[in-house]
Amino acid sequence: MPTLEQVIARVANALPGASLQIVPNGNPGHPGSLLLDNGQAGAVARILRDDPELRFDYASNASGVDWPEKTAKEKVNVKKIVDGVEKEIEETVERKTGGYLEAVYHLYSMALGHGPLIIRLRTANRGDGAVLPSLTPVWRSCEFQEREIFDLFGVTFTGHPDLRRILMWDGFVDYPMRKDYVPVAEEARP
Amino acid sequence: MITLAPDLETPTRGGFAENDLLEVAMGPHHPSTHGVFRMNVVLDGETVVKLTPVFGYLHRNHEKIAEKNSYLAAIPYTDRLDYICSMTNNWAYVLTVEKMTGLAVPERAEYIRVIVAEMTRLYNHACLAGFLLQDMGALGTPMMYAFREREKILDLFESLTGSRMMCNYLRFGGCRCDLPDGWLEQAIQLTANYAPFLEHFEAFLNENEILRARCEGVGVLPRELAINAGVTGPGLRASGVNYDLRKVDHYGIYNRFKFRVPLGQRGDVLDRYMMRILEMHESLAILGQALRDIPAGPVMDAKAKLRNLRPKAGEVYGRIESPKGELGFYLISDGGPAPYRFRVRPPSLVNLTVLEDMCLGHTLADAVIILGSVDIVLGEVDR
Repeated sequence: MPTLEQVIARVANALPGASLQIVPNGNPGHPGSLLLDNGQAGAVARILRDDPELRFDYASNASGVDWPEKTAKEKVNVKKIVDGVEKEIEETVERKTGGYLEAVYHLYSMALGHGPLIIRLRTANRGDGAVLPSLTPVWRSCEFQEREIFDLFGVTFTGHPDLRRILMWDGFVDYPMRKDYVPVAEEARP
Repeated sequence: MITLAPDLETPTRGGFAENDLLEVAMGPHHPSTHGVFRMNVVLDGETVVKLTPVFGYLHRNHEKIAEKNSYLAAIPYTDRLDYICSMTNNWAYVLTVEKMTGLAVPERAEYIRVIVAEMTRLYNHACLAGFLLQDMGALGTPMMYAFREREKILDLFESLTGSRMMCNYLRFGGCRCDLPDGWLEQAIQLTANYAPFLEHFEAFLNENEILRARCEGVGVLPRELAINAGVTGPGLRASGVNYDLRKVDHYGIYNRFKFRVPLGQRGDVLDRYMMRILEMHESLAILGQALRDIPAGPVMDAKAKLRNLRPKAGEVYGRIESPKGELGFYLISDGGPAPYRFRVRPPSLVNLTVLEDMCLGHTLADAVIILGSVDIVLGEVDR
Protein backbone atom coordinates (compact mmCIF):
# COMPACT_ATOMS: atom_id res chain seq x y z
CA MET A 1 0.00 0.00 0.00
CA PRO A 2 1.53 3.34 -1.05
CA THR A 3 1.69 6.03 1.63
CA LEU A 4 -0.43 9.15 1.35
CA GLU A 5 2.64 11.12 0.26
CA GLN A 6 3.34 8.60 -2.50
CA VAL A 7 -0.28 8.78 -3.64
CA ILE A 8 -0.06 12.57 -3.80
CA ALA A 9 3.16 12.33 -5.81
CA ARG A 10 1.60 9.86 -8.28
CA VAL A 11 -1.44 12.06 -8.76
CA ALA A 12 0.66 15.24 -9.12
CA ASN A 13 2.74 13.44 -11.71
CA ALA A 14 -0.32 12.66 -13.82
CA LEU A 15 -2.18 15.88 -13.14
CA PRO A 16 0.16 18.79 -12.54
CA GLY A 17 -1.31 21.30 -10.16
CA ALA A 18 -3.56 18.80 -8.41
CA SER A 19 -4.31 19.87 -4.87
CA LEU A 20 -4.53 17.07 -2.34
CA GLN A 21 -4.29 17.77 1.31
CA ILE A 22 -3.58 15.25 4.05
CA VAL A 23 -6.14 15.20 6.85
CA PRO A 24 -4.56 13.39 9.81
CA ASN A 25 -6.58 10.86 11.78
CA GLY A 26 -6.94 11.85 15.42
CA ASN A 27 -6.57 8.22 16.47
CA PRO A 28 -2.88 7.29 16.17
CA GLY A 29 -2.14 4.14 14.25
CA HIS A 30 -5.03 4.66 11.89
CA PRO A 31 -4.64 6.04 8.39
CA GLY A 32 -5.28 9.68 7.61
CA SER A 33 -7.22 10.76 4.57
CA LEU A 34 -6.85 12.95 1.51
CA LEU A 35 -8.95 16.04 1.03
CA LEU A 36 -9.67 16.59 -2.65
CA ASP A 37 -10.35 19.85 -4.38
CA ASN A 38 -13.97 19.78 -5.57
CA GLY A 39 -13.16 21.10 -9.03
CA GLN A 40 -10.59 18.37 -9.71
CA ALA A 41 -12.29 15.51 -7.84
CA GLY A 42 -13.45 13.64 -10.96
CA ALA A 43 -10.06 13.84 -12.65
CA VAL A 44 -8.18 12.85 -9.49
CA ALA A 45 -10.57 9.95 -8.87
CA ARG A 46 -9.93 8.65 -12.39
CA ILE A 47 -6.18 8.76 -11.76
CA LEU A 48 -6.60 6.91 -8.47
CA ARG A 49 -8.63 4.27 -10.29
CA ASP A 50 -6.51 3.89 -13.43
CA ASP A 51 -2.91 4.57 -12.37
CA PRO A 52 -1.05 1.23 -12.67
CA GLU A 53 0.53 1.57 -9.22
CA LEU A 54 -2.58 2.76 -7.41
CA ARG A 55 -5.49 1.01 -9.15
CA PHE A 56 -8.15 1.76 -6.58
CA ASP A 57 -10.75 -0.01 -8.67
CA TYR A 58 -13.23 -0.57 -5.84
CA ALA A 59 -14.95 2.21 -3.90
CA SER A 60 -16.32 0.34 -0.95
CA ASN A 61 -18.04 2.86 1.26
CA ALA A 62 -19.36 6.35 0.66
CA SER A 63 -20.53 8.14 3.74
CA GLY A 64 -21.76 11.59 4.65
CA VAL A 65 -20.58 13.45 7.74
CA ASP A 66 -22.09 16.62 9.15
CA TRP A 67 -19.86 19.19 10.84
CA PRO A 68 -22.15 21.97 11.99
CA GLU A 69 -21.16 25.55 12.75
CA LYS A 70 -19.34 25.77 16.04
CA THR A 71 -19.43 28.59 18.51
CA ALA A 72 -16.40 28.50 20.73
CA LYS A 73 -16.36 30.77 23.75
CA GLU A 74 -13.08 32.45 24.43
CA LYS A 75 -12.00 34.71 27.23
CA VAL A 76 -10.27 37.86 26.02
CA ASN A 77 -8.74 40.67 28.01
CA VAL A 78 -10.14 43.98 26.81
CA LYS A 79 -9.13 47.44 27.89
CA LYS A 80 -12.12 49.54 28.76
CA ILE A 81 -12.70 52.80 30.50
CA VAL A 82 -14.75 52.21 33.59
CA ASP A 83 -15.72 55.23 35.72
CA GLY A 84 -13.12 57.30 33.93
CA VAL A 85 -10.27 54.89 34.66
CA GLU A 86 -8.83 52.55 32.06
CA LYS A 87 -9.02 48.98 33.30
CA GLU A 88 -8.31 45.59 31.85
CA ILE A 89 -11.45 43.51 31.97
CA GLU A 90 -11.93 39.88 31.03
CA GLU A 91 -14.73 39.38 28.49
CA THR A 92 -16.20 36.31 26.87
CA VAL A 93 -16.28 36.46 23.10
CA GLU A 94 -18.16 34.01 20.90
CA ARG A 95 -16.26 32.92 17.87
CA LYS A 96 -18.06 31.10 15.05
CA THR A 97 -16.40 28.60 12.75
CA GLY A 98 -18.20 27.75 9.54
CA GLY A 99 -19.84 24.35 9.25
CA TYR A 100 -19.66 22.04 6.29
CA LEU A 101 -20.73 18.62 5.07
CA GLU A 102 -18.34 15.92 4.03
CA ALA A 103 -18.51 12.93 1.74
CA VAL A 104 -15.97 10.27 2.74
CA TYR A 105 -15.03 7.46 0.36
CA HIS A 106 -13.13 4.30 1.28
CA LEU A 107 -11.21 2.98 -1.70
CA TYR A 108 -9.60 -0.41 -2.09
CA SER A 109 -7.77 -2.12 -4.88
CA MET A 110 -9.04 -5.56 -5.80
CA ALA A 111 -6.39 -5.87 -8.48
CA LEU A 112 -3.44 -5.15 -6.18
CA GLY A 113 -5.05 -6.12 -2.89
CA HIS A 114 -4.28 -2.92 -1.00
CA GLY A 115 -6.34 -0.29 0.75
CA PRO A 116 -8.04 1.53 2.25
CA LEU A 117 -7.34 4.94 0.82
CA ILE A 118 -9.74 7.42 2.35
CA ILE A 119 -10.67 10.47 0.33
CA ARG A 120 -12.96 13.28 1.42
CA LEU A 121 -14.84 16.04 -0.30
CA ARG A 122 -16.05 19.09 1.60
CA THR A 123 -18.88 21.43 0.80
CA ALA A 124 -18.50 25.19 1.12
CA ASN A 125 -21.20 25.40 3.78
CA ARG A 126 -24.33 23.64 5.01
CA GLY A 127 -26.79 25.78 3.07
CA ASP A 128 -26.76 26.73 -0.63
CA GLY A 129 -23.18 25.62 -0.96
CA ALA A 130 -23.87 21.97 -0.08
CA VAL A 131 -22.85 20.84 -3.55
CA LEU A 132 -20.21 18.26 -4.44
CA PRO A 133 -19.11 16.58 -7.67
CA SER A 134 -20.45 13.04 -7.99
CA LEU A 135 -17.96 10.18 -8.19
CA THR A 136 -20.59 7.79 -9.57
CA PRO A 137 -19.25 8.22 -13.14
CA VAL A 138 -15.94 6.84 -11.85
CA TRP A 139 -17.27 4.16 -9.47
CA ARG A 140 -20.80 2.85 -10.01
CA SER A 141 -20.83 1.60 -6.41
CA CYS A 142 -21.35 5.20 -5.26
CA GLU A 143 -24.68 5.50 -7.08
CA PHE A 144 -27.02 4.45 -4.26
CA GLN A 145 -24.68 5.62 -1.52
CA GLU A 146 -24.49 9.15 -2.91
CA ARG A 147 -28.25 9.14 -3.26
CA GLU A 148 -28.37 8.25 0.40
CA ILE A 149 -26.06 11.13 1.32
CA PHE A 150 -28.28 13.44 -0.73
CA ASP A 151 -31.34 12.06 1.01
CA LEU A 152 -30.13 12.07 4.60
CA PHE A 153 -27.52 14.87 4.61
CA GLY A 154 -28.72 17.18 1.85
CA VAL A 155 -25.61 17.20 -0.32
CA THR A 156 -26.37 17.74 -4.02
CA PHE A 157 -24.08 15.72 -6.25
CA THR A 158 -23.55 17.28 -9.65
CA GLY A 159 -23.13 14.76 -12.43
CA HIS A 160 -25.05 12.02 -10.60
CA PRO A 161 -27.22 10.12 -13.09
CA ASP A 162 -30.30 9.71 -10.89
CA LEU A 163 -30.28 11.93 -7.83
CA ARG A 164 -33.51 11.29 -5.92
CA ARG A 165 -34.43 10.52 -2.35
CA ILE A 166 -33.77 6.85 -1.64
CA LEU A 167 -34.88 6.00 1.91
CA MET A 168 -37.18 8.88 2.86
CA TRP A 169 -40.31 9.52 0.83
CA ASP A 170 -40.56 12.07 -1.98
CA GLY A 171 -41.78 15.36 -0.67
CA PHE A 172 -40.02 14.99 2.67
CA VAL A 173 -38.24 18.20 3.57
CA ASP A 174 -35.19 18.33 5.91
CA TYR A 175 -32.29 15.92 6.24
CA PRO A 176 -32.51 13.39 9.10
CA MET A 177 -28.81 12.62 9.53
CA ARG A 178 -27.83 16.24 10.12
CA LYS A 179 -26.89 17.01 13.69
CA ASP A 180 -29.52 19.75 14.08
CA TYR A 181 -32.40 17.68 12.71
CA VAL A 182 -35.62 17.83 14.69
CA PRO A 183 -37.71 14.67 14.20
CA VAL A 184 -41.09 14.95 12.51
CA ALA A 185 -44.06 14.58 14.82
CA GLU A 186 -45.84 11.23 14.55
CA GLU A 187 -49.06 12.86 13.22
CA ALA A 188 -47.24 14.58 10.38
CA ARG A 189 -46.05 11.32 8.84
CA PRO A 190 -47.93 9.93 5.87
CA MET B 1 -67.50 -23.24 -25.46
CA ILE B 2 -66.69 -19.62 -24.82
CA THR B 3 -65.86 -17.28 -27.67
CA LEU B 4 -64.77 -13.70 -27.49
CA ALA B 5 -67.14 -11.00 -28.59
CA PRO B 6 -65.79 -9.48 -31.81
CA ASP B 7 -64.67 -6.18 -30.26
CA LEU B 8 -62.73 -7.93 -27.51
CA GLU B 9 -60.69 -10.07 -29.85
CA THR B 10 -56.96 -10.03 -29.42
CA PRO B 11 -55.66 -7.11 -31.45
CA THR B 12 -53.65 -8.13 -34.46
CA ARG B 13 -50.31 -6.55 -35.26
CA GLY B 14 -50.83 -2.90 -36.00
CA GLY B 15 -53.51 -2.73 -33.32
CA PHE B 16 -53.30 -0.74 -30.12
CA ALA B 17 -50.98 -3.15 -28.33
CA GLU B 18 -48.05 -2.76 -30.65
CA ASN B 19 -45.07 -0.95 -29.10
CA ASP B 20 -47.02 -0.33 -25.96
CA LEU B 21 -44.96 -0.77 -22.83
CA LEU B 22 -46.44 -1.99 -19.60
CA GLU B 23 -45.25 -0.78 -16.25
CA VAL B 24 -45.57 -3.25 -13.40
CA ALA B 25 -44.89 -2.50 -9.75
CA MET B 26 -43.53 -5.72 -8.24
CA GLY B 27 -43.84 -5.32 -4.50
CA PRO B 28 -43.53 -4.07 -1.84
CA HIS B 29 -45.91 -6.92 -0.97
CA HIS B 30 -44.76 -9.55 -3.39
CA PRO B 31 -43.40 -12.90 -2.20
CA SER B 32 -40.58 -12.91 -4.77
CA THR B 33 -39.00 -9.71 -3.50
CA HIS B 34 -37.89 -11.30 -0.20
CA GLY B 35 -39.27 -8.53 1.98
CA VAL B 36 -40.69 -5.07 1.48
CA PHE B 37 -38.79 -4.22 -1.65
CA ARG B 38 -40.28 -2.85 -4.87
CA MET B 39 -39.11 -3.21 -8.42
CA ASN B 40 -40.81 -0.95 -10.92
CA VAL B 41 -40.46 -2.92 -14.10
CA VAL B 42 -41.22 -1.68 -17.59
CA LEU B 43 -42.08 -4.56 -19.87
CA ASP B 44 -42.16 -4.93 -23.62
CA GLY B 45 -44.29 -8.03 -23.93
CA GLU B 46 -42.59 -10.18 -21.32
CA THR B 47 -39.14 -8.65 -21.66
CA VAL B 48 -37.74 -6.23 -19.11
CA VAL B 49 -36.67 -2.95 -20.72
CA LYS B 50 -36.29 -0.90 -17.57
CA LEU B 51 -36.10 -1.72 -13.89
CA THR B 52 -36.07 0.73 -11.01
CA PRO B 53 -35.58 -0.55 -7.47
CA VAL B 54 -37.46 1.32 -4.75
CA PHE B 55 -36.34 1.13 -1.12
CA GLY B 56 -37.09 2.65 2.22
CA TYR B 57 -40.12 0.74 3.44
CA LEU B 58 -38.17 -0.60 6.41
CA HIS B 59 -36.17 2.55 7.07
CA ARG B 60 -35.86 3.46 10.76
CA ASN B 61 -32.57 5.36 10.57
CA HIS B 62 -30.49 2.84 12.43
CA GLU B 63 -27.46 5.16 12.06
CA LYS B 64 -29.14 8.04 13.83
CA ILE B 65 -30.35 5.79 16.65
CA ALA B 66 -26.81 4.54 17.16
CA GLU B 67 -25.45 8.09 17.23
CA LYS B 68 -27.83 8.90 20.06
CA ASN B 69 -26.83 5.89 22.17
CA SER B 70 -23.68 4.52 23.76
CA TYR B 71 -21.32 2.24 21.86
CA LEU B 72 -22.58 -0.78 23.77
CA ALA B 73 -26.25 -0.01 23.12
CA ALA B 74 -25.74 -0.24 19.37
CA ILE B 75 -24.93 -3.98 19.45
CA PRO B 76 -28.52 -5.26 19.69
CA TYR B 77 -29.55 -2.86 16.91
CA THR B 78 -26.96 -4.39 14.61
CA ASP B 79 -28.74 -7.74 15.05
CA ARG B 80 -31.62 -6.24 13.13
CA LEU B 81 -29.64 -5.12 10.09
CA ASP B 82 -29.36 -8.43 8.33
CA TYR B 83 -31.84 -10.13 10.60
CA ILE B 84 -30.94 -13.57 9.27
CA CYS B 85 -27.27 -13.27 10.22
CA SER B 86 -27.10 -11.42 13.53
CA MET B 87 -23.78 -13.00 14.56
CA THR B 88 -21.82 -11.62 11.62
CA ASN B 89 -23.39 -8.17 12.07
CA ASN B 90 -22.26 -8.19 15.70
CA TRP B 91 -18.81 -9.20 14.63
CA ALA B 92 -18.38 -6.42 12.07
CA TYR B 93 -19.39 -3.83 14.63
CA VAL B 94 -17.34 -5.08 17.58
CA LEU B 95 -14.37 -5.57 15.28
CA THR B 96 -14.54 -1.89 14.31
CA VAL B 97 -14.78 -0.74 17.92
CA GLU B 98 -11.90 -3.05 18.85
CA LYS B 99 -9.82 -1.50 16.08
CA MET B 100 -10.71 1.89 17.45
CA THR B 101 -9.83 1.13 21.06
CA GLY B 102 -7.04 -1.35 20.46
CA LEU B 103 -8.72 -4.05 22.54
CA ALA B 104 -7.36 -7.58 22.30
CA VAL B 105 -9.62 -10.60 22.00
CA PRO B 106 -8.82 -13.85 23.88
CA GLU B 107 -8.04 -16.94 21.83
CA ARG B 108 -11.14 -18.85 22.82
CA ALA B 109 -13.39 -15.94 21.91
CA GLU B 110 -11.72 -15.67 18.48
CA TYR B 111 -12.49 -19.33 17.86
CA ILE B 112 -16.07 -18.95 19.04
CA ARG B 113 -16.51 -16.00 16.66
CA VAL B 114 -15.27 -18.03 13.72
CA ILE B 115 -17.52 -20.94 14.69
CA VAL B 116 -20.71 -18.87 14.99
CA ALA B 117 -19.90 -16.84 11.86
CA GLU B 118 -19.33 -19.93 9.73
CA MET B 119 -22.50 -21.53 11.08
CA THR B 120 -24.31 -18.35 10.07
CA ARG B 121 -22.84 -18.59 6.61
CA LEU B 122 -23.96 -22.22 6.38
CA TYR B 123 -27.60 -21.55 7.04
CA ASN B 124 -27.69 -18.27 5.14
CA HIS B 125 -26.43 -19.98 2.00
CA ALA B 126 -28.70 -23.00 2.47
CA CYS B 127 -31.72 -20.71 2.85
CA LEU B 128 -30.68 -18.66 -0.16
CA ALA B 129 -30.49 -21.79 -2.28
CA GLY B 130 -33.88 -22.84 -0.93
CA PHE B 131 -35.49 -19.48 -1.65
CA LEU B 132 -33.96 -19.37 -5.12
CA LEU B 133 -35.52 -22.72 -5.96
CA GLN B 134 -38.79 -21.51 -4.53
CA ASP B 135 -38.59 -18.57 -6.96
CA MET B 136 -38.07 -21.06 -9.77
CA GLY B 137 -41.23 -22.87 -8.85
CA ALA B 138 -39.91 -25.71 -6.68
CA LEU B 139 -42.48 -24.73 -4.08
CA GLY B 140 -41.69 -25.62 -0.55
CA THR B 141 -39.56 -28.73 -0.60
CA PRO B 142 -35.98 -27.45 -1.09
CA MET B 143 -36.66 -24.52 1.19
CA MET B 144 -38.04 -26.77 3.90
CA TYR B 145 -34.96 -28.98 3.74
CA ALA B 146 -32.82 -25.87 4.13
CA PHE B 147 -34.95 -24.59 6.98
CA ARG B 148 -34.72 -27.93 8.76
CA GLU B 149 -30.94 -27.57 8.87
CA ARG B 150 -31.20 -23.91 9.81
CA GLU B 151 -33.41 -24.85 12.74
CA LYS B 152 -30.70 -27.13 14.14
CA ILE B 153 -28.18 -24.30 14.06
CA LEU B 154 -30.66 -21.86 15.57
CA ASP B 155 -31.25 -24.33 18.41
CA LEU B 156 -27.54 -24.22 19.15
CA PHE B 157 -27.58 -20.42 19.01
CA GLU B 158 -30.51 -20.36 21.39
CA SER B 159 -28.74 -22.56 23.93
CA LEU B 160 -25.70 -20.30 23.65
CA THR B 161 -27.25 -16.83 23.62
CA GLY B 162 -30.85 -17.22 24.71
CA SER B 163 -32.20 -16.06 21.39
CA ARG B 164 -32.61 -17.83 18.08
CA MET B 165 -32.15 -14.95 15.69
CA MET B 166 -31.43 -11.75 17.63
CA CYS B 167 -28.36 -13.17 19.32
CA ASN B 168 -26.71 -9.97 20.66
CA TYR B 169 -23.78 -12.16 21.58
CA LEU B 170 -20.44 -10.54 20.78
CA ARG B 171 -18.92 -7.79 22.93
CA PHE B 172 -15.93 -5.49 22.59
CA GLY B 173 -13.03 -7.67 23.64
CA GLY B 174 -14.72 -11.06 23.43
CA CYS B 175 -18.08 -12.77 23.75
CA ARG B 176 -20.87 -12.26 26.26
CA CYS B 177 -20.66 -15.74 27.83
CA ASP B 178 -18.80 -18.98 27.47
CA LEU B 179 -20.17 -22.01 25.66
CA PRO B 180 -22.55 -24.09 27.78
CA ASP B 181 -21.63 -27.65 28.73
CA GLY B 182 -21.90 -30.06 25.86
CA TRP B 183 -22.27 -27.31 23.24
CA LEU B 184 -19.07 -28.20 21.41
CA GLU B 185 -20.06 -31.86 21.15
CA GLN B 186 -23.42 -30.85 19.72
CA ALA B 187 -21.71 -28.52 17.26
CA ILE B 188 -19.37 -31.29 16.13
CA GLN B 189 -22.36 -33.58 15.71
CA LEU B 190 -24.17 -30.90 13.69
CA THR B 191 -21.22 -30.38 11.38
CA ALA B 192 -20.94 -34.12 10.87
CA ASN B 193 -24.62 -34.32 9.93
CA TYR B 194 -24.50 -31.28 7.68
CA ALA B 195 -22.21 -32.86 5.08
CA PRO B 196 -24.66 -35.67 4.20
CA PHE B 197 -27.48 -33.12 4.00
CA LEU B 198 -25.45 -31.08 1.56
CA GLU B 199 -24.69 -34.14 -0.56
CA HIS B 200 -28.37 -35.00 -0.56
CA PHE B 201 -29.31 -31.44 -1.52
CA GLU B 202 -26.75 -31.36 -4.31
CA ALA B 203 -27.72 -34.76 -5.68
CA PHE B 204 -31.29 -33.56 -6.02
CA LEU B 205 -30.59 -30.18 -7.51
CA ASN B 206 -27.21 -29.49 -9.07
CA GLU B 207 -27.90 -31.41 -12.26
CA ASN B 208 -31.63 -30.76 -12.21
CA GLU B 209 -32.78 -29.99 -15.74
CA ILE B 210 -35.19 -27.24 -14.77
CA LEU B 211 -32.65 -25.53 -12.55
CA ARG B 212 -30.07 -25.59 -15.31
CA ALA B 213 -32.49 -24.37 -17.96
CA ARG B 214 -33.66 -21.50 -15.81
CA CYS B 215 -30.25 -20.42 -14.50
CA GLU B 216 -27.65 -20.98 -17.18
CA GLY B 217 -26.72 -17.82 -19.02
CA VAL B 218 -29.33 -15.77 -17.14
CA GLY B 219 -28.43 -12.50 -15.45
CA VAL B 220 -24.78 -12.45 -16.44
CA LEU B 221 -22.69 -9.98 -14.45
CA PRO B 222 -19.42 -9.14 -16.23
CA ARG B 223 -16.31 -9.06 -14.09
CA GLU B 224 -15.39 -5.39 -14.70
CA LEU B 225 -18.89 -4.17 -13.99
CA ALA B 226 -19.03 -6.22 -10.78
CA ILE B 227 -15.84 -4.60 -9.48
CA ASN B 228 -16.79 -1.08 -10.53
CA ALA B 229 -20.26 -1.38 -9.04
CA GLY B 230 -18.87 -2.56 -5.71
CA VAL B 231 -20.58 -5.95 -5.77
CA THR B 232 -19.10 -8.10 -3.00
CA GLY B 233 -19.53 -11.56 -1.57
CA PRO B 234 -20.54 -14.65 -3.53
CA GLY B 235 -22.00 -12.47 -6.30
CA LEU B 236 -18.59 -10.97 -7.02
CA ARG B 237 -16.74 -14.26 -6.82
CA ALA B 238 -19.27 -15.87 -9.18
CA SER B 239 -18.00 -13.37 -11.76
CA GLY B 240 -14.50 -14.71 -11.27
CA VAL B 241 -12.97 -12.07 -8.97
CA ASN B 242 -10.87 -13.60 -6.22
CA TYR B 243 -11.76 -11.26 -3.38
CA ASP B 244 -12.75 -12.78 -0.08
CA LEU B 245 -12.09 -10.58 2.95
CA ARG B 246 -11.30 -13.64 5.04
CA LYS B 247 -8.29 -14.08 2.76
CA VAL B 248 -7.58 -10.41 1.98
CA ASP B 249 -7.84 -8.89 5.46
CA HIS B 250 -7.29 -12.02 7.60
CA TYR B 251 -9.45 -10.45 10.25
CA GLY B 252 -9.90 -12.45 13.45
CA ILE B 253 -7.86 -15.64 13.12
CA TYR B 254 -8.83 -16.64 9.58
CA ASN B 255 -5.19 -17.02 8.54
CA ARG B 256 -5.00 -20.16 10.70
CA PHE B 257 -7.52 -22.13 8.72
CA LYS B 258 -7.08 -23.99 5.49
CA PHE B 259 -9.89 -23.27 3.07
CA ARG B 260 -10.30 -22.38 -0.57
CA VAL B 261 -12.22 -19.61 -2.29
CA PRO B 262 -14.56 -20.94 -4.98
CA LEU B 263 -14.70 -18.82 -8.13
CA GLY B 264 -17.24 -18.75 -10.93
CA GLN B 265 -16.53 -18.35 -14.62
CA ARG B 266 -19.63 -17.00 -16.30
CA GLY B 267 -21.19 -14.90 -13.56
CA ASP B 268 -24.72 -16.09 -14.27
CA VAL B 269 -27.41 -17.21 -11.85
CA LEU B 270 -26.17 -20.80 -11.96
CA ASP B 271 -22.68 -19.70 -10.92
CA ARG B 272 -24.12 -17.67 -8.08
CA TYR B 273 -26.15 -20.67 -6.95
CA MET B 274 -23.14 -22.99 -7.15
CA MET B 275 -21.04 -20.44 -5.28
CA ARG B 276 -23.30 -20.82 -2.27
CA ILE B 277 -23.12 -24.61 -2.38
CA LEU B 278 -19.32 -24.63 -2.68
CA GLU B 279 -18.89 -22.01 0.04
CA MET B 280 -20.90 -24.21 2.38
CA HIS B 281 -18.32 -26.97 1.84
CA GLU B 282 -15.52 -24.55 2.69
CA SER B 283 -17.39 -23.34 5.78
CA LEU B 284 -17.69 -26.94 6.90
CA ALA B 285 -13.93 -27.30 6.45
CA ILE B 286 -13.28 -24.21 8.59
CA LEU B 287 -15.76 -25.40 11.22
CA GLY B 288 -14.05 -28.79 11.40
CA GLN B 289 -10.68 -27.15 12.13
CA ALA B 290 -12.07 -24.56 14.54
CA LEU B 291 -14.04 -27.10 16.57
CA ARG B 292 -10.98 -29.33 16.75
CA ASP B 293 -8.53 -26.60 17.80
CA ILE B 294 -10.58 -24.39 20.12
CA PRO B 295 -8.56 -23.84 23.33
CA ALA B 296 -9.84 -23.42 26.87
CA GLY B 297 -9.59 -20.05 28.55
CA PRO B 298 -11.46 -16.83 29.16
CA VAL B 299 -13.85 -15.40 26.58
CA MET B 300 -13.52 -11.75 27.58
CA ASP B 301 -10.44 -9.56 27.63
CA ALA B 302 -9.79 -8.59 31.26
CA LYS B 303 -9.21 -4.97 30.26
CA ALA B 304 -12.41 -4.71 28.25
CA LYS B 305 -14.67 -1.91 29.30
CA LEU B 306 -18.20 -2.12 28.03
CA ARG B 307 -20.08 0.65 29.75
CA ASN B 308 -19.18 4.30 29.41
CA LEU B 309 -16.75 3.54 26.62
CA ARG B 310 -15.12 6.70 25.24
CA PRO B 311 -12.72 5.90 22.40
CA LYS B 312 -10.06 8.41 21.44
CA ALA B 313 -11.21 10.97 18.89
CA GLY B 314 -10.61 9.77 15.34
CA GLU B 315 -12.13 7.60 12.66
CA VAL B 316 -11.98 3.90 11.84
CA TYR B 317 -13.40 1.71 9.11
CA GLY B 318 -13.81 -1.99 9.85
CA ARG B 319 -15.19 -4.65 7.55
CA ILE B 320 -15.78 -8.38 7.43
CA GLU B 321 -16.93 -10.92 4.89
CA SER B 322 -20.55 -11.38 5.88
CA PRO B 323 -22.52 -14.08 4.06
CA LYS B 324 -23.90 -11.39 1.74
CA GLY B 325 -20.70 -9.49 1.04
CA GLU B 326 -18.59 -6.79 2.60
CA LEU B 327 -20.28 -5.53 5.73
CA GLY B 328 -18.47 -2.44 6.97
CA PHE B 329 -18.80 -0.01 9.82
CA TYR B 330 -17.39 3.49 9.65
CA LEU B 331 -17.17 5.13 13.05
CA ILE B 332 -16.06 8.63 13.97
CA SER B 333 -15.46 9.34 17.63
CA ASP B 334 -15.21 12.81 19.12
CA GLY B 335 -14.12 11.37 22.45
CA GLY B 336 -17.66 11.32 23.77
CA PRO B 337 -19.75 8.39 25.01
CA ALA B 338 -21.69 8.06 21.73
CA PRO B 339 -20.29 7.71 18.22
CA TYR B 340 -20.18 11.06 16.41
CA ARG B 341 -20.78 9.27 13.13
CA PHE B 342 -22.02 5.71 12.81
CA ARG B 343 -22.23 4.43 9.28
CA VAL B 344 -23.13 0.96 8.06
CA ARG B 345 -21.86 -0.11 4.67
CA PRO B 346 -24.61 -2.54 3.70
CA PRO B 347 -23.62 -5.22 1.17
CA SER B 348 -27.25 -5.84 0.17
CA LEU B 349 -27.84 -2.24 -0.90
CA VAL B 350 -24.66 -1.91 -2.92
CA ASN B 351 -25.16 -5.30 -4.57
CA LEU B 352 -28.50 -4.06 -5.91
CA THR B 353 -26.77 -1.34 -7.95
CA VAL B 354 -26.42 -3.67 -10.92
CA LEU B 355 -29.82 -5.35 -10.63
CA GLU B 356 -31.13 -3.48 -13.68
CA ASP B 357 -28.04 -4.28 -15.74
CA MET B 358 -28.47 -7.96 -14.99
CA CYS B 359 -32.19 -8.03 -15.74
CA LEU B 360 -32.39 -6.07 -19.00
CA GLY B 361 -33.42 -8.23 -21.93
CA HIS B 362 -34.62 -11.08 -19.75
CA THR B 363 -38.20 -12.02 -19.02
CA LEU B 364 -40.01 -10.92 -15.90
CA ALA B 365 -39.85 -14.47 -14.53
CA ASP B 366 -36.08 -14.38 -14.92
CA ALA B 367 -35.87 -11.03 -13.14
CA VAL B 368 -37.36 -12.78 -10.11
CA ILE B 369 -34.62 -15.41 -9.97
CA ILE B 370 -31.91 -12.84 -10.71
CA LEU B 371 -33.04 -10.89 -7.68
CA GLY B 372 -33.15 -14.16 -5.72
CA SER B 373 -29.55 -14.92 -6.67
CA VAL B 374 -28.32 -11.53 -5.43
CA ASP B 375 -29.39 -12.37 -1.86
CA ILE B 376 -30.74 -9.27 -0.18
CA VAL B 377 -32.20 -8.61 3.22
CA LEU B 378 -34.31 -5.51 3.54
CA GLY B 379 -33.41 -4.87 7.15
CA GLU B 380 -29.96 -4.06 5.87
CA VAL B 381 -30.91 -2.32 2.62
CA ASP B 382 -33.21 0.17 4.35
CA ARG B 383 -31.61 0.34 7.79
